[in-house]
Amino acid sequence: MKRLLVAALLAGTLFSSFTPASAEEVSQYIPLPTYRVGAYASSGELWWAGERDYFRYINEVEGGVEGVKLNYEEFETEWSPDRTVEVYERVKAGKDGSPLAFFFTHGTPATYALLEKAAADKIPLIDPAGGKTETVDGTVFPYAFPLLFSYYSQASTGINYIADKVGGFDKLKGLKIATVYHDSAYGRASQPAVEALAKKYGFENIQIPVADPGNEQSPQWRQIREQKPDWVFLRTWGVSTVVALKTAQRFGFPADHIIGDVWAGSESDAIPAGTAAIGYSALAPYPGGTDFEIHKRLKAEILDKGKSDLRDQKLFGAVNYNIGLVNAALAVEALRTGYKHFGARPLNGEEGRWAFEHLTIDDKRLEEIGFKGLLQQIRITPTDHEGGGAARIQSWDGEKWVLQTDWIKADHELLNPLIKEGAAAYAKENGITPRTPETETN
Amino acid sequence: MNMFLETLIGGLLAGTMYSLVAIGFVLIYKASGVFNYAQGSLLLFGALTFVTLTDQGVPALGAIAVTIALLILTAIAIEKLLLRPLTNRSPMTLFMATLGLSYVVEGVAQGIMGSQVRALNLGIDDLPIFLGDIMISQFDLIAAGVALAIVVVLSLLFNRTRIGIQLRGVADDTRAALSLGIDINRIWQIVWAVAGLVGLVAGLLWGARQGVQFSLSLVVLKALPVLIIGGFTSIPGAIVGGLIVGAGESLAETYIGPYLGGGITPWFAYALALVFLFIRPAGLFGERQIERV
Repeated sequence: MKRLLVAALLAGTLFSSFTPASAEEVSQYIPLPTYRVGAYASSGELWWAGERDYFRYINEVEGGVEGVKLNYEEFETEWSPDRTVEVYERVKAGKDGSPLAFFFTHGTPATYALLEKAAADKIPLIDPAGGKTETVDGTVFPYAFPLLFSYYSQASTGINYIADKVGGFDKLKGLKIATVYHDSAYGRASQPAVEALAKKYGFENIQIPVADPGNEQSPQWRQIREQKPDWVFLRTWGVSTVVALKTAQRFGFPADHIIGDVWAGSESDAIPAGTAAIGYSALAPYPGGTDFEIHKRLKAEILDKGKSDLRDQKLFGAVNYNIGLVNAALAVEALRTGYKHFGARPLNGEEGRWAFEHLTIDDKRLEEIGFKGLLQQIRITPTDHEGGGAARIQSWDGEKWVLQTDWIKADHELLNPLIKEGAAAYAKENGITPRTPETETN
Repeated sequence: MNMFLETLIGGLLAGTMYSLVAIGFVLIYKASGVFNYAQGSLLLFGALTFVTLTDQGVPALGAIAVTIALLILTAIAIEKLLLRPLTNRSPMTLFMATLGLSYVVEGVAQGIMGSQVRALNLGIDDLPIFLGDIMISQFDLIAAGVALAIVVVLSLLFNRTRIGIQLRGVADDTRAALSLGIDINRIWQIVWAVAGLVGLVAGLLWGARQGVQFSLSLVVLKALPVLIIGGFTSIPGAIVGGLIVGAGESLAETYIGPYLGGGITPWFAYALALVFLFIRPAGLFGERQIERV
């Protein structure tokens, strides 16, 4: 009888200690390599505020994702790829009983640095609107997700917008379109797409590099003045965008004929440029503003209750803040997809990959989560790790970004063969046999 | 020909902006032999303080006065807390100390005043002026005028004032200056304060061009080749070095860049500096070191 009692007590103790741990206490671990100091802190500070505010909202208002709380933790990297790799190594085994379902790289150079490592460790790298464009092909890159808007899509959407402005694709023939780009892997990433588009539509493709950091650009804009392009596609980053806009003004190139890409279209780019930025347009897979349902919810539940990570609440709805919101929402919706399939418990890398590869956010879901207008419809598949490929266009009116268009889709018919070709070359070079998702079971 | 002249003049004027940054280094190196890695951080600190105050509604003159006062206090603090305890240590130790100082200044400045990019309007429009067919930047022209004015003021300070003569004495021979009763600690405080003020001017001009943000501290990278070419101990050298770097990189980007894939300005300035190192290691105007072996 005594033995039975002891056994019952032990069993009770074990039951009481293990059950809550597995069902309630273990949360999904999400490391966030961030840059709150350093050259890119002005973007980062808002970005992390957006991500943290949304994760906090999910945890505190919605009780987690399908009941699983999110345990997010920041690591300062100053946008340095080597430090991000160091963070990855520290966190790849997970934390407090939670494996790692995915890793936000928060920067294209870091994604490049981790591409092979993460594939070997079977941990998905998430880099929306960034990363290596060829990784859209999930058959060669199963663990890389350049969600939303690859660099090829950015080039194509920009050209589509120009076609719209000049009165149709047939009017592109004979035009001169110059790309002023940050001379880095990021800046050069769109070149194959622009080249293919130039061939298809018959415009002249002028490429002008700006070396980092780009704080003196007279030679580049003197070249622009000499070559007289009709439009300029600005693919700069950080201070090189501000200086580009100011130098363009000095050389008499009109701001309303300059289209910036995703990473050249935030308040941090436009405000310091002053009057030189008025009329400047930019691609916006992450539009600025607070006219979206999610902002009302966050204001009521997070900002007004003093729980926001935003230092200056005037910047609520800034482009970089909204980038954080959208990226956090993509992660949350992917986890939700995974929990519905595997059960509500922390996922590992392989399960995380499955979750992202089956992520669908349609119009109805966008309405439900409050992201209608802020986030495009997205459908990721094992063969398509981008899943969107569209952006809206916003213009700077001197004080704020104003949305000009609805979602403009990239020309995927033209881009997909380029992506396939690049991915196949990578596979050949690295001895990778592309997977056949249709034969996979999960 | 017009294109060449415009590129050359534009480059020369842009070079004076580099010279402004380099002068801050020269002042401190000349007086104490310290290569002050924190000059970029002080430049950022000055500009960030000014723009934070004006954003809070403080009038520009008041903001300048407060910023100058803070820079002087910072100079005194650096001398008392950093340089004095490290007196007679090796140049490398002092360099490492300024390296650490730069991180502290950047971190504290951004921690208190935030890391958001701020617009800075000095009331100087970056608009073109035409001399015939040659376009010149109005902003660069004014910046060049400011650089010239600073050189004149510093020359007067060094040559016509008691403090200037003491400063030159310390620069020439620290021990001899000490034996003559010159208060070397006070001289260091003055030099760091003056370097801070020159940094403030450079920070405001660069900040007006690119916005006031962290990357402002990186403009020091442009000053290094200027110093190598002009010499670490000469203010006229900093000006000439800046002109050579500005004109050289502008012409190179325009005429050589297209053959090398473009974007060559950052390394071209250093390549030019390397050539000068081979030919004239002390720089064009630097003092040649003669040592007993």
